[in-house]
Amino acid sequence: MEPIHPAIEFREVSLAFDERVILNRVSFAVRQGEAKIVMGGSGTGKSTLLRLVLGLLKPDTGRIFVDGEDITAYSEEQMMRVRQKIGMVFQEGALFDSLPVYDNVAYRLREQKVPESEIEPVVLRMLRFVDLEHAVDKMPNELSGGMRRRVGIARALVGNPKIILYDEPTAGLDPITARTICELAVKLRDLEDVSSIFVTHRLQDIDVLSSEYVIRDDMGNLVFEKEGNRMCLINTKFIMLKEGDVIFSGTDEQLRKSENPYIIRFLDSDNMKRN
Amino acid sequence: MNLITRGILQLQEVTLLAWRVLRGLFRPPFYLREVVRQMDSLGFGSLTIILLAGGFIGIALALNSANTLQKFGVQSVTGQLVATGLIREIGPVLTCLMLAGRVGSGIAAELGSMLVSEQIDAMRALGTDPVKKLVTPRILAMVMAAPILTIFCDLVGITGGMLAATTLMNQSTSVYLSSAQNAINNNEIIGGLIKPLVFGFIVAIIGCYMGLSTQGGTVGVGRNTTRSVVISSVLIIAVDTLLTKLILATLLE
Repeated sequence: MEPIHPAIEFREVSLAFDERVILNRVSFAVRQGEAKIVMGGSGTGKSTLLRLVLGLLKPDTGRIFVDGEDITAYSEEQMMRVRQKIGMVFQEGALFDSLPVYDNVAYRLREQKVPESEIEPVVLRMLRFVDLEHAVDKMPNELSGGMRRRVGIARALVGNPKIILYDEPTAGLDPITARTICELAVKLRDLEDVSSIFVTHRLQDIDVLSSEYVIRDDMGNLVFEKEGNRMCLINTKFIMLKEGDVIFSGTDEQLRKSENPYIIRFLDSDNMKRN
Repeated sequence: MNLITRGILQLQEVTLLAWRVLRGLFRPPFYLREVVRQMDSLGFGSLTIILLAGGFIGIALALNSANTLQKFGVQSVTGQLVATGLIREIGPVLTCLMLAGRVGSGIAAELGSMLVSEQIDAMRALGTDPVKKLVTPRILAMVMAAPILTIFCDLVGITGGMLAATTLMNQSTSVYLSSAQNAINNNEIIGGLIKPLVFGFIVAIIGCYMGLSTQGGTVGVGRNTTRSVVISSVLIIAVDTLLTKLILATLLE
């Protein structure tokens, strides 16, 4: 039996653009089925982290493992194969403007030359999952911000990737839409066993992701439940980045008890905004 | 970074891009449908402006040359002068300058906005090489479309010249046409098609490079779009002088 390896692992990864240090010897691992929430202010290298996982950028030093494979020195061709295991949800959705929703979601399968008859059910299933079946013929510019992100999620889910990367999927959305997106992430985590990195700096997202879980009841309906005081979700962990360094790594309970002044201010400022 | 270093750096990057395109030509996947689509939108879509430009320049050329030739009493060679001028020089250069303005800028703006809205990254994340999917089809389309459009430009120009010469300068159609025919032979035509082939490549690769090297959000898109037109226009004219000498020395000795 092959040993269980983390879905994603960073070992001492550093990256600098010219003089500016983006990541400074960052190490962490995302276990299989785990959601890793990456927090930090703007420009602290959160999105860079995701680009490194996808091989869109290469680190200056250190090693990156995806599903047990060391991808650090992989060529673009080799990365294409690794990328099939990964779905990425971009900040603004990054939908292809020139293609309708259907073609956007079908994109990956079309590139893999999957027959059209097999593509259609998959696309419709994914759109149903994000509750956007009715938008199948719309162009991206006809969609609202929240709908674009949801199409982005549907597109990322095609091919059933076991790793999903979310790059601030809730930024700039109203609380209800943002919650919907977090619930999608929870569903993927709990029902599909997807490992993920969820970049965000909104405390509301953190609340949902770290305290709620979803189960199927006897009737097959999805039910969201709160962890409450009796139990503790162990499949969601946090890391906090500040100026390229990991200043915190652990669970939400540990995060809230942290005495690091930056973390206290980070959590407080968001609370202030909410109240 | 000063202007010269930046220029050399950009030249290096354009060369690398061209190399990646060339290398990718022989490896699957091939996006033939995309090539056809680009031929239609970049090539056929430019036909109207090329025809208009060609027609008017032909008329102006005929008027100017007939006027000068009249002083020497050799008005009868107007057709030859117009045809030679168009096929050798004005047709290719004019067509491709128009393409730089219409197509090069369009490519740079489209790819630039795709880049700043992360669509290029999304494409790579979904397992597509953007060079193969976006750059190669545009270059192939332009390399094929530019010579064809040039032929149309030449034809319409010569016809426009004929109209001007016959109606305004009182020449006979047959004199104009037989004189024009004298100017046209295989080598002239080959020389006249090599130029747009090279220029079409320049327009497409500069447009693609400028689009894909966009920095600084939407402002960057505007800046690089302008740059793509400026750089490809200057390059077309500069390369034209080189090619003219080369074609004169080899084909038209």
